[in-house]
Amino acid sequence: MARVLVIAQHDQHSLDPATARCVRCALAISPEVDVAFAGLADAGAVTQAAALQGVSAVLHIADERFEHPVAALLAPPLAAQAAAYTHVLAAGDTFGKDLLPRMAALCNVGQLSEISAVLEPYRFERFVYAGNAVQTLEVDEDKLLMATVRLTAFDPVDTRPAHDTPAAVHRIPAPESLPTHTRFVRLEQSHEESRDLRTAKRIVAGGRGFGDAEGFRLAHRLAEALDAALGASRAAVDSGFASNDMQVGQTGKVVAPELYVAAGISGAIQHLTGIRDAGTVVAINNDPDASIFAAADIGLVGDLFEVLPELIKLIESKQ
Amino acid sequence: MRKILVGIKRVVDHAVRIHVAADGSGVNLDGVKMSINPFDEIALEEGLRIRERSEADEVIVASIGSSDCHQQLRTALALGADRAVHIDLPDPEPLNVARALLWLVRREDPLLVLLGKQSIDGDNAQTGPMLAGLWGRPQACNASQIIISGDSATVSREVDAGIETLEIDLPGVVSADLRLNSPRFVRLPEMIKARRKPIETVSSAALEIDATPQFRLIRTSPAPQRSPGERVSNTAELYAKLCERGLL
Repeated sequence: MARVLVIAQHDQHSLDPATARCVRCALAISPEVDVAFAGLADAGAVTQAAALQGVSAVLHIADERFEHPVAALLAPPLAAQAAAYTHVLAAGDTFGKDLLPRMAALCNVGQLSEISAVLEPYRFERFVYAGNAVQTLEVDEDKLLMATVRLTAFDPVDTRPAHDTPAAVHRIPAPESLPTHTRFVRLEQSHEESRDLRTAKRIVAGGRGFGDAEGFRLAHRLAEALDAALGASRAAVDSGFASNDMQVGQTGKVVAPELYVAAGISGAIQHLTGIRDAGTVVAINNDPDASIFAAADIGLVGDLFEVLPELIKLIESKQ
Repeated sequence: MRKILVGIKRVVDHAVRIHVAADGSGVNLDGVKMSINPFDEIALEEGLRIRERSEADEVIVASIGSSDCHQQLRTALALGADRAVHIDLPDPEPLNVARALLWLVRREDPLLVLLGKQSIDGDNAQTGPMLAGLWGRPQACNASQIIISGDSATVSREVDAGIETLEIDLPGVVSADLRLNSPRFVRLPEMIKARRKPIETVSSAALEIDATPQFRLIRTSPAPQRSPGERVSNTAELYAKLCERGLL
C-alpha cells in the first residue's frame, strides 16, 4: 500500500493553501497521507495542517532553527522521514522547487517536477516545453518517488468540520547537528497585490501595451475596481512597469483565477502556459492579430486607454 | 586558483514553436534551432562578470549530454569561458546531471557553481539543488543578485513571497533567474577563434555512476490549448458578457 508524505509549507502562523492542494494530489495516490511540518515548536500552522481532511498524521519537526524556510536546513530532517513512505510530495512553487530536489539528492533518488495528473500511483502526467507538450511517465515502484505538484491542477482539500477529531500530531526532535553554511538574512515581502497571485480569484495582468510605468497605473486601477490581484507579462516586467514577482508565465507564476483580464499583452507562449487553468480569460489589445486572442474567452480589440477607464466606470457605477 | 564552474544545457531555442511527433515519441527536433538554455546563458554571463571583477580567475563551462552540445560549448568559449568540458551522457535525468557535475566539482574544486534555475525544455528546475544536496554545500536558487566577499556570498533570490536574501559560505551552488543580468552577445571573430579551442570530453564510464533511468517516458502528447472564444466590439458589450457569466 502506498503511503504519501506531504511537506507542509507555512509562515509559522498560517498554512499556505499550497499544502491543501498537495494533500488533494496525495489522496489521488493513496488514502494514507501524512504531513511533515518543520517549523517552530509553537507554530500555529501545525493545527491547521492537522485539520486538513484526509490527513492521517502530522509529523512536527520542531526547532528554532526552522524559523525561515531554508532548504539546506530543512532537507536533512525531512529526508530522514521519507524512508517510511512510498511517495513524498511538495508544492511546485519556489518553496518546493528549492527543497524537494535537495531532499531527493539526500535520499539518492530522482524527482518529478510539477505533476499535473495522477493516472495511477506510479503513472503521472506533467507539462514540458512551456506547457506545449504533456508527458506521461511511469516510475519504478521499488524506489521512493519524490514529486512536486502543479498547484493549479489540484483543488485544495477542505478543513475538517469543528466537531471532527484532527489528525494526530507527533513531535519529532530535530537533529542536533544541522548545516550552518547557509544563513537567512531577510525577506523583502512584495506588495500586497502581487503576493496573492497564486491563489487570487481575479487577476488583472498588464503588458507592454501600457507604454510606460505611468500608463501601467491604469492596470492597477482596474485591479482595484475589480478587487483583483495585479500581474504582468515578462515584457512589462522587463520594461520596468512591474516588479519581478508579478510575472505570470513559464518562468514566473502559474495562476488559475476565475477571471483573468490580459490587457496590452501580446500572448507569448511562455505567458499562456501560466494561465492554462484560468477560468474566463479576457483579452484587450489594439492588435487584432495578437496571439492572446487565440487563448481568450472574450476578446476586445481596442485602445487600452479608452477601454479600461470605461470598464472601471461601469464596474464602479454598479457598486 | 579561484574557479567558477558553469553548467550549460543544449535546448530548443526559446523562439522556436515546438511540434510534438504524431506517434507520441517526443518533440520533433529535426532541423530545429538549438541554443544554450537562456537561464544557463545568464549563469555564464554572471561567471564572466565575476572573473572580470577579479573575484575569480577561471570560468569552466560544462555540458552533460551527447556530443551535439559541442556547438553550445563553443559558443560559451566565444563568449569568454576559459575551458570547456563535455561529459558524454546522452539524455540524462537531472539526478545524473547533478552526479556528473559533482564528479567535475570534485576534480576542479570550484569556488562557485553557477547554473540556470531551470531548462526551458524539461522545465524541471532540479539540477542546482540536487548538486548542492549531493555535495553537502549551500544552495541559493533563483538568484537575482550575487555579491561575493571573500569566502562567502550574499545572494538575493526571487521567491513567491518577494526577495529573500541568504548568506552562504563558499563553495556553493547558485542558480540564475531571469533578472540576474543581461547576457552579452557573441561576436563573430570570437566565434571563429572558438572553433580552434579544445573541448575536453569525459566518457560516462569515468564517472562510475548508475545512469539507469528511474522514469520511463510512456508518451509525449500535444498539450490541450485554450480555444478562442467570442469577440465583443465595445466596452459595454464586454461588461455585459462578464455580468452574464456571473463574474461581476
